[in-house]
Amino acid sequence: MRVNVEVNGEQRTEDNVWEGESLLSLLRDRLGLPGAKNACEQGECGSCTVYLDGVPVCACLVAAGQAEGRSVRTVEGLADGDALHPVQQAFVEAGAVQCGFCTPGLLVATHDLLSRVSHPSDGEIREALAGNLCRCTGYEHILDAVRLAATRGGGRRDQEWRSPDRAGRPGAGAPRDTGDPECER
Amino acid sequence: MIPFDYQRAEDTRSAVATVTARPGAAFLGAGTNLVDHLKLGVAAPDLLVDVSHLPFDMIEPLAGGGVRIGATVRNSDLAVDPVIRQRYPMVSAALLSGASGQLRNVATTAGNLMQRTRCPYFQDVTTPCNKRRPGSGCSALEGYHRDHAILGASRHCVAVHPSDLAVALTALGAVVQVEGVKGARSIPIIDLYRLPDDAPQHDTVLEHGELITAVDLPALPMATRSTYRKVRDRASYAFALVSVAAAVDVERGTVRDVRVALGGVAHKPWRARRAEEALRGAPATDDAFRAAAEAELAGARPLRDNAFKVPMARNTIVATLRELTRREEP
Repeated sequence: MRVNVEVNGEQRTEDNVWEGESLLSLLRDRLGLPGAKNACEQGECGSCTVYLDGVPVCACLVAAGQAEGRSVRTVEGLADGDALHPVQQAFVEAGAVQCGFCTPGLLVATHDLLSRVSHPSDGEIREALAGNLCRCTGYEHILDAVRLAATRGGGRRDQEWRSPDRAGRPGAGAPRDTGDPECER
Repeated sequence: MIPFDYQRAEDTRSAVATVTARPGAAFLGAGTNLVDHLKLGVAAPDLLVDVSHLPFDMIEPLAGGGVRIGATVRNSDLAVDPVIRQRYPMVSAALLSGASGQLRNVATTAGNLMQRTRCPYFQDVTTPCNKRRPGSGCSALEGYHRDHAILGASRHCVAVHPSDLAVALTALGAVVQVEGVKGARSIPIIDLYRLPDDAPQHDTVLEHGELITAVDLPALPMATRSTYRKVRDRASYAFALVSVAAAVDVERGTVRDVRVALGGVAHKPWRARRAEEALRGAPATDDAFRAAAEAELAGARPLRDNAFKVPMARNTIVATLRELTRREEP
């Protein structure tokens, strides 16, 4: 099938896509955007996290056919040209990157968290990043990076990217899912 | 992954007709469980009919005071809906205790109900499993079964149902709306799910091609005082060892009415009717809560490595009811 999808603000069209392939392989193998990583392919590790219509999802579980007519923002869409986004800069400075495989997903998840909660508690950070696994850092430097990005207003810089609400969806304009409040106990 | 065809459903009627007519076809919601199964080889449909965009994405009031949740409402949207949070907090709590933000953002109401067990043998095509391949045997019976059932299991299957949402809906007595080629029908959620008996390949009573279009919540005023408590191996992003959904109506220290359902203990969300009966009219005390929990769990038949779930379920019931009844009376 032909898939029309907006990626990082640009309208892209790709022909001869098998509808059953994943959005992740569409992005990586056809559209030349290898930032989102292919790790578990089961939705468990979060390395492939991208925005789909303004909310973070695991691209490995979305069929390419389901992306038709929708809007995607990948980790490549966070920086402003060569200038890193504050969230990316904070990960560099805090030493939150070791092997780097989980990093693109964590950047998108952190970007989303800070756009919803400008100064998250440690509990909120842990819960928001629960779907992103890192096997190198032990997470402490990642938490440092999120706190650092928050102090620099990492979530405020580009809120125009986010849909103001999920038009046509229930709860549009209502508070967003910020995870399990039990985890802050 | 075995190749398959993909169709975007035009409407409910044609989607139902297409899947019904083709034994190898399956409905595709968000795919957070099904796509995983395609990759693992657990499921091998030859056609996926995508129903995730059908117009069932509303949460609407019902005549009589209940609420209708559309089948394609996303878990994240349902969890933060103001009406759900205020009138059915256990539903919101159950959703937020499950999966991760990335998964809740796409997962649908009906897909959540139709997800399949995470028994490791069900998901490993190299091992016998009666649920995946009927008649091949149950590997969990003598194998890894720490996470498995203590109630209602059979020698054919000891798996548990993984959904948190379904446990809350079972406590509430929700009704599932279904479309099939023979027309629509309403199924109380307590009757939707099956115990394994000798046919564990069937999780539910739905026929091939039947599609869930909505879930109806009853008015149930006491659900404003309800919650969901989930005990798991880590703080977040894990399936339940034991979970409890409960709602309670207390007046002057006496339980007038109560709803209790358990997750992580059986092949289906387990409505704790014996505990409910023991509690109606009883004082709202730990002793009464414990006695009710023990009445429910008297029928527990734990396996070699999951006997810990019996006291864990008892203690979680007591703790949940204590939390609910010690709040200010509304």
